[in-house]
Amino acid sequence: MSMKEKTKNIVLPLVSVFLGLLLGGIVMVAFKYDPIQGYLALIKGSLGNTFYIGETLRHATPLILVALGFSVARSAGFFNIGVAGQVIFGWLFSIIVALQFAGLPKLFLVPLSLVAGIAAGAIWAGIAGVLRAYFGTSEVIVTIMLNYSALYLSNYAIRQILTEGDDATPKIAKNASLRWQTLTEATNYSTIHMGLVIAILMCVVIMILMQKTTIGFELRAVGLNPFASEYAGMSAKKNIILAMVISGGLAGLGGAMEGLGNFQNIFIMSSVPSTGFDGMAVALLAGGQPLGILFSGLLFGALKVGSVSMPMASGVPTEVVDIVIASIIFFVGAGYLLRYIMERLEKHKAVSATIVLSETARKEGE
Amino acid sequence: MRKNHFGKLLAGFILTSLIVTGCGSEGAAGDSENKSGKKAEKTVAIVTDVGGVDDKSFNQSAWEGLQEWGEEHGYEKGTNGYNYLHSKSDSEYITNLNTAAGNGFSTIFGIGHRIKDAVEEVADQKNNVDFVIIDAVIDGKDNVTSVTFRDNEAAFLAGIAAAKTTKTQKVGFVGGQNGEVIDRFEAGFRQGVAAVDEKIEVDVQYVGTFGDPAKAKSQAAAMFNGGADIIFHAAGNSGNGVFSEARDIKKNDPDRELWVIGVDRDQSAEGEVDGMNITLTSTLKGVGKAVIEISNMSLEDKFPGGEKIIFGLAEEGVDLTDGQLSDETKAAVEEFKQQIIDGKITVMEKPSELK
Repeated sequence: MSMKEKTKNIVLPLVSVFLGLLLGGIVMVAFKYDPIQGYLALIKGSLGNTFYIGETLRHATPLILVALGFSVARSAGFFNIGVAGQVIFGWLFSIIVALQFAGLPKLFLVPLSLVAGIAAGAIWAGIAGVLRAYFGTSEVIVTIMLNYSALYLSNYAIRQILTEGDDATPKIAKNASLRWQTLTEATNYSTIHMGLVIAILMCVVIMILMQKTTIGFELRAVGLNPFASEYAGMSAKKNIILAMVISGGLAGLGGAMEGLGNFQNIFIMSSVPSTGFDGMAVALLAGGQPLGILFSGLLFGALKVGSVSMPMASGVPTEVVDIVIASIIFFVGAGYLLRYIMERLEKHKAVSATIVLSETARKEGE
Repeated sequence: MRKNHFGKLLAGFILTSLIVTGCGSEGAAGDSENKSGKKAEKTVAIVTDVGGVDDKSFNQSAWEGLQEWGEEHGYEKGTNGYNYLHSKSDSEYITNLNTAAGNGFSTIFGIGHRIKDAVEEVADQKNNVDFVIIDAVIDGKDNVTSVTFRDNEAAFLAGIAAAKTTKTQKVGFVGGQNGEVIDRFEAGFRQGVAAVDEKIEVDVQYVGTFGDPAKAKSQAAAMFNGGADIIFHAAGNSGNGVFSEARDIKKNDPDRELWVIGVDRDQSAEGEVDGMNITLTSTLKGVGKAVIEISNMSLEDKFPGGEKIIFGLAEEGVDLTDGQLSDETKAAVEEFKQQIIDGKITVMEKPSELK
């Protein structure tokens, strides 16, 4: 890969974010609000004091894990749109285990609950993987449907099995919680928890897995060309299922963060949690690079948490804040479009050279 | 190669943060101006649930109450007087409660039972701030007042009104989401209907959420087609689907007699169709009144911390509007209302307690 290509991978997300902030600013001006005040409130509300920093880090934690999950499937050529459903399942089962085995010491209970969350997400995504591998069904359709199934199964389980008609489970015991008192107090009682360490660790693990191991090589090879990799002796079926299982496991782990770290219980939800789709945006912004996901996850966390304080601190109403955040996300999602435009501009300069380049760019993007 | 990649990314982020801090210093002057206004003695904020202050029901009524309180005392909207914080998802409750406390509000209302856990948690940490939880009970905290409403009593009266008005001997109930609060509505309504005539059938359906008018619309269609001529909805925003279905039927067939009973606020405006009104009546829930009363107590340094306040018919915290009720029905409603206030009738809180 050329140096130029690498520069582009870094410049593009930054341009996306900048354009999004610019459009958001224009929207605020158009509605006669001061964009500087608005963005100042956004920054203060996300990084202004230890409490908000804690909240930002907490919000970023599941996003990073979900984005990692999404990007693993993406490298293998699948669009796992079902991360939201896998988040719910991971969340649900981590809470079930935490409540069932509440008597265990923390040293066992926390890992056990986390593993339950990972397994639940992995199995849920695995269904789509198996269907894809053996029957060629579209994983997009199947995972969308599994989102709804997960949502309603979870709501049913909470109301009928875990409680007697209540709309939230009891809180988990202290020895199943990911929160750490010292950290909580240091951030002025924010909801930050140790899941952040797990998320950072997973970034490194996935980076090594995808770049340095045979498993990662096979997954990427299947993504680039399933027929060629089959011809080279790799099992496409095995790799399809493996990609979805790893992807779902990470999303499930993200869900466990919401359960064991943030909320400490699970409750009836009227729609799938936004963590799923936000996580996909995080992965797209980072172009699927684990290190990039860490940063874009933090950026998204800051945007989401900061936007909550904007109406109070700057007078910009919630609705306009939503437009501002949406326009940033829009440009983030439009990264592909920007990449395309940049390539077209280059083509004017050197037509023949760019054909090779855009081919690599396309593969890089995947 | 990889190292280089990281270095550039880092450089990029340092650059962005420089730009960002640059913006920051520009805005600092304006910000301090904001804080120099006269501060009210006691400031009040409400933290809404996901419905927001324009949900035509619960949250809106709380915000209207707070605005009325603010105007009465000459306070301005903002951190020096009163304000609201909209929670867009369940994960924002704690952030919002903390933001409100951090901005110096002395009394903070959590609107809706879903905020209960968050209020419980934040109240422990911010023990110099007074909290109020609406529609749920928090025990044993000196800085938290719990406010609940006897929605079952108002729903009982709605049941009387429905039973007295129905011609088909069949009425419907559309609930938002199963739970403690909507249980009260269902139990009260069914008990009220049965108090008039035990033979009247009540078709009970739940939407499963407060935010899906389309589903509620199809459920209402099934009820009306099944012979029900009155539907009482306790479904927040979903209930707008019930109104929309009733309006559609009435528009196509103006001679058909059908009614909807509104909830929490006077929902007459939702029932207007071609000069007629299909809103039979609405149950009222005095969330705004509760907000005003408790804010006033706090202003007089008499915040009822640790207490559980219950607003029922007797306290004028819940009621039923006159709406399109006939004089005979109104008289019957009045009669039962008096019996409830006098304690001659006890209205159940759970459907399972009904005979």
